[in-house]
Amino acid sequence: MTATVPLRLLVNGERHDISVEPRRTLADALREDCQLTGTHLGCEHGVCGACTVLLDGQPARACLIFAVQCEGVSIRTVEGLSADDENLHPVQQAFWDHHGLQCGFCTPGFLMLAAGTLEEDPERSDEELRDILSSNLCRCTGYQNILAATRAAAAQMRP
Amino acid sequence: MKPSSFDYVRPNTLQEALELLADGTEDSKVISGGQSLVPMMNFRLARPARLVDIGRLSELEVIRTVDDRVHVGARVRHVQLQNTPLGGPLGSLLRRSAALVGHLPIRTRGTFGGSLAHSDAASEWCLLTRLLDAEITVRSIRGERVIPAAEFFVSVFTTAMEPDELLTSVALPVLPDDHRTGIAEFARRAGDFAIVAVLGDVTVSDGTVTAARIAIGGVDDKPFRSAAAEKALLGGTFGLDLLQSAAEAAADEVDPPSDAHGDAVYRRDLVRALLPRALAAGAAA
Amino acid sequence: MTPRTATTAPADLSAPTSPPAEPPTWTGQPVRRVEDPAILRGWGTFVGDVAARDATCLYAAFVRSPVAAGRIRSITAPPGVRLITATDLAGVRPIAPELKRPDYVRVEMPVLATDVVRFVGEPVALVLAESAALAEDALDSVAVDIEPTPAVLDAAAAVRPDSPLVHDAAFPGDPNTTVDARLTTPGFDAALQSAATVVELEVSCGRQSAMPMEARASHAAVDRGTGRVTLHTATQMPHVVRTGICDCLDLDEDLFRVVAPDVGGAFGAKMSLAREDVALVFLARRLRRNIAWIETREENFLAAWHSREQRYQLTAAFTEDGVLTALGADIVADVGAYSCYPVTFGVEPLMAFAELPGPYTIAEYSVRSRAVLSNKCPIAPYRGVSRPVQTLATERIMDVAARRLGLDPVTIRQRNLVATFPHTTPTGLVLDQASHQEALVEAARQVDLPGFRERQAAARAEGRWLGIGFSCFAERTGYGTPAFAARSMAITPGYERVNMSMDPSGGVVLRIGASPHGQGLRTSLAQLVADKLGLRPEEIRVVHGDTDATPYGWGSFGSRAMVIAGGASSRAADTLRQRLIDIAADQLECAPEDVDLREGQATVRGTGIGRPIKQLARLAHHNSHLLPAGELPSLEVSATYDPGGTFSNACHVAEVEVDELTGAVQITRFLVVEDAGLLVNPAIVDGQVHGGVVQGIANALYEELLYDDRGILVTTSLMDYLPPTLAETPDIEIIHLASVSDATLTGAKGVGEGGTIGAPAAVLNAVSDALSPLGIELTHLPATPSRVRTAIRTAQARLSSEGALR
Repeated sequence: MTATVPLRLLVNGERHDISVEPRRTLADALREDCQLTGTHLGCEHGVCGACTVLLDGQPARACLIFAVQCEGVSIRTVEGLSADDENLHPVQQAFWDHHGLQCGFCTPGFLMLAAGTLEEDPERSDEELRDILSSNLCRCTGYQNILAATRAAAAQMRP
Repeated sequence: MKPSSFDYVRPNTLQEALELLADGTEDSKVISGGQSLVPMMNFRLARPARLVDIGRLSELEVIRTVDDRVHVGARVRHVQLQNTPLGGPLGSLLRRSAALVGHLPIRTRGTFGGSLAHSDAASEWCLLTRLLDAEITVRSIRGERVIPAAEFFVSVFTTAMEPDELLTSVALPVLPDDHRTGIAEFARRAGDFAIVAVLGDVTVSDGTVTAARIAIGGVDDKPFRSAAAEKALLGGTFGLDLLQSAAEAAADEVDPPSDAHGDAVYRRDLVRALLPRALAAGAAA
Repeated sequence: MTPRTATTAPADLSAPTSPPAEPPTWTGQPVRRVEDPAILRGWGTFVGDVAARDATCLYAAFVRSPVAAGRIRSITAPPGVRLITATDLAGVRPIAPELKRPDYVRVEMPVLATDVVRFVGEPVALVLAESAALAEDALDSVAVDIEPTPAVLDAAAAVRPDSPLVHDAAFPGDPNTTVDARLTTPGFDAALQSAATVVELEVSCGRQSAMPMEARASHAAVDRGTGRVTLHTATQMPHVVRTGICDCLDLDEDLFRVVAPDVGGAFGAKMSLAREDVALVFLARRLRRNIAWIETREENFLAAWHSREQRYQLTAAFTEDGVLTALGADIVADVGAYSCYPVTFGVEPLMAFAELPGPYTIAEYSVRSRAVLSNKCPIAPYRGVSRPVQTLATERIMDVAARRLGLDPVTIRQRNLVATFPHTTPTGLVLDQASHQEALVEAARQVDLPGFRERQAAARAEGRWLGIGFSCFAERTGYGTPAFAARSMAITPGYERVNMSMDPSGGVVLRIGASPHGQGLRTSLAQLVADKLGLRPEEIRVVHGDTDATPYGWGSFGSRAMVIAGGASSRAADTLRQRLIDIAADQLECAPEDVDLREGQATVRGTGIGRPIKQLARLAHHNSHLLPAGELPSLEVSATYDPGGTFSNACHVAEVEVDELTGAVQITRFLVVEDAGLLVNPAIVDGQVHGGVVQGIANALYEELLYDDRGILVTTSLMDYLPPTLAETPDIEIIHLASVSDATLTGAKGVGEGGTIGAPAAVLNAVSDALSPLGIELTHLPATPSRVRTAIRTAQARLSSEGALR
């Protein structure tokens, strides 16, 4: 076993001082070492997108990056999406209002994908939204309500 | 799906990186965006003993135009190229090609140089550099050398780089406005690796093709330049008929592999279908 | 089949009270799901999360066979590696599900392969380590020496006399044939002979994976004091998992608890007992250690059950008018190497045997349906179970016959769809009601078939290939014990049971044996119960998935939960409602008939007089001496429901454009006219249809598990096995009809599987319609671009050589 290395991750604005092997992916570090289990693992080879998180605001696959690579990066996970425990982020609210989830396993990845891209630019065209949402897999919803929810969130988030 | 153990180093300067690559460590591997390497590591198809992370070498993240060359740094991410303000037929081809590289969360991490060093014969960047006869700059503590794209790609996952060399930048030619460029690829799903991809760059003067370059992916173990298609195009009157005869020539010329995604006959059909689409769609440059 | 209902409560068992007079407040509304807020915040609890929160647990990784068939010579590991082989599991019984049929051949599935391996991915050993990564390191160090033996990879070859045998069993019929069901109606031959035209067709389907986003996962925790094990596992049927594991380990069920926490999709793939889970529980007990197993995506493709691989040889006799008079079918299902527990590998062939005639009035039927073993991953149910391929068979027949007889696809179906009810099929199924004709007519009206034909002709003139395809089907849903008993299952599922209680504060807990995993059943049941009790859905807490906290039940599968668990819940709520009304009537000194429960109040109708329900609850528990004579001091009731089942139905329509040069198919429109009876929560119903249709489209065009000629699975990643993304998914239009079935208590018919059943045939009919000028009839799922292109290339070559001859 390779020795672990000490590491400071900045997740949802909070510091996590952890010690991991270099081979620990960010997804596993979030789940195991930071105990933030909202980030899910569906394939561990970068296709399904269930582990999508925001790195410095941009959506990325947490299974395709090692935790040691993330020092100094601002990491945002589904647990950090809403400002507090009372309110939901517009994307979360829209997914609830539009039945955008069923089993919920892919949901954190879709929420981060949608939130990251809409926070960057809520004026995205429908074609862009479809293209972006095709990054992740969902097996339950047939995507119809994920698209509807994302459109609704975009409308909500526009200035 | 957890990778094997490895040591991890993250140099702060290019010189430090080159020294690490030259220190004789067995099975040392450079990681840039990691979007091709890490899946292979998770499957344990790649088991490097050490990763040299070049993520802090910000000097490699720059796109710079000097005279008639656009120098793309090795760590320029796909998404940067998708959003490049670069004009002309080259800018258009870069944007269109970048949009076909995986999905957004892959494009935010994956890098241009990483894709070339990975040397997948169907990758958009490998094809584009081969198409445009790009010059690939690699460095080691022994010095710097420039490898023409024609010599850079050796085989699947194999390039002409030595183990101690690091890809630093790629020089692409600025294309004048009389060039028509385009890309067409066929994948089963959005964002998948193309089964066949065709990129084209033709120069048209008064309706006549005066120069032509065609690169095809998915038909060889490295990016394929179709001499037959280029010959068929040269001197012809630009139009659908000419593109179709070039496509026929290319389909006859290629000797594609067969696998679960498509047999050789089907891949030839895709070459026939895609070559005209690549250039017809890109006709407006 | 008569519905069987029962409630157990001190009060009158038989009589439900009159339903609330006014229209329901909650039933029928698209209520937001109670399940969602926690999941939206990342606060769900999936099995992997249970493991991640357990710092002490060991991780298991399974050593899997790299060859399709062989004899194990040795399995070794370096010192220090905790290797467990079949020898270490001595005394553990194999999994051996059973059908009580003379043609059923029982085969046993050992928990770890002993001596013989039968498919690539079969577990032969396992290793234990302190983390998942270390377990994989250990896995790398294990050396497995297997002597390969000839493998059986093709069902057609498997039944030949000289075929190697997957199992050393006595096959009463053909080799490797474990189910062989036959039936021929007396008039079949005569009908065939008098036919105006006979359509002969072979249809087939590749292997598909249900591919839930969460692969399988389990975490076995030991109470060190008592030795009692709690298994958190991603399952659809926790009680059956408990029974299955206890049978293997010879354990009393009270010594073992199974919990299905949040489950990340299942679609049938999590309703069969996993041999891995038996090993985990055995070792947790033996070692007194917590052990987790988180299946990788690669393992999920290799070993977590496949489905759908079937081939149908069809003969269909038609009159000149397009009436289908006789249907013959020789059906072979390649079921892989073992039988799944509890439903067995008879599930696909016997479903096909019984239900192939579907929604059509076929008078004469001749069928042989076989389960044939192979050295491939075992099959298990997957959403739709066989019916996607059955529907492909009947719907392709309809279109081929229509073209031959010069009829349009709507007319020929109108002439054959069942229109009068009840209708008894040749296999004895009774279609109690449906709206087959109405759904078809509505679908045809929506898509404007004549208008489409005009657009199609115009497009053809431009060299573009448009097509339209219809697909009609009957979806048998909500069936209880009688239907499973007819299949002769040794373990006969069917009924569902619920317990309902109101606590002193007025809070209601509904404990169900069903085990939802994404369907939103907690919300739908709460809506039903809220209406009965005059409360709000959020005041009804539905508890499921924990064998310590719920009554024994069969779980969620087969489009049954809303019908059966819903019926039982409705029954229980009726009884509890009556208890509350009786107490209120006594308190308010009025007749029980005059009391209504609404908005948290028990009121005397037509007056402002009432009592809060909370007050009644308090009284029932804490002042029971004030209860009417004979009332017990509790507000707890139980109910069971075990219906015979009913049928939902739908008509799907796909419009496509085919790219002649690449063979790619783009779906330009997808319409579903669905009849699932009463919609308790329309948003949830639509969600089921959406998801089902996209899995059906996946079956039609994208997904296929492929083995090479050595029996090695080549599609072990999501780069090779291709679930569609949003980019490949059309907008899905849904229109609801609502035929009422007397066969369900709630008025709801099942809806979980229909999307997957109808979509593949609709798509293949549309592609075949597009390519009809070339004489192409596609018959294999999936119609991949390379297959479509091959068909086009071949047809064009044939046409041009015919043209040259002319």
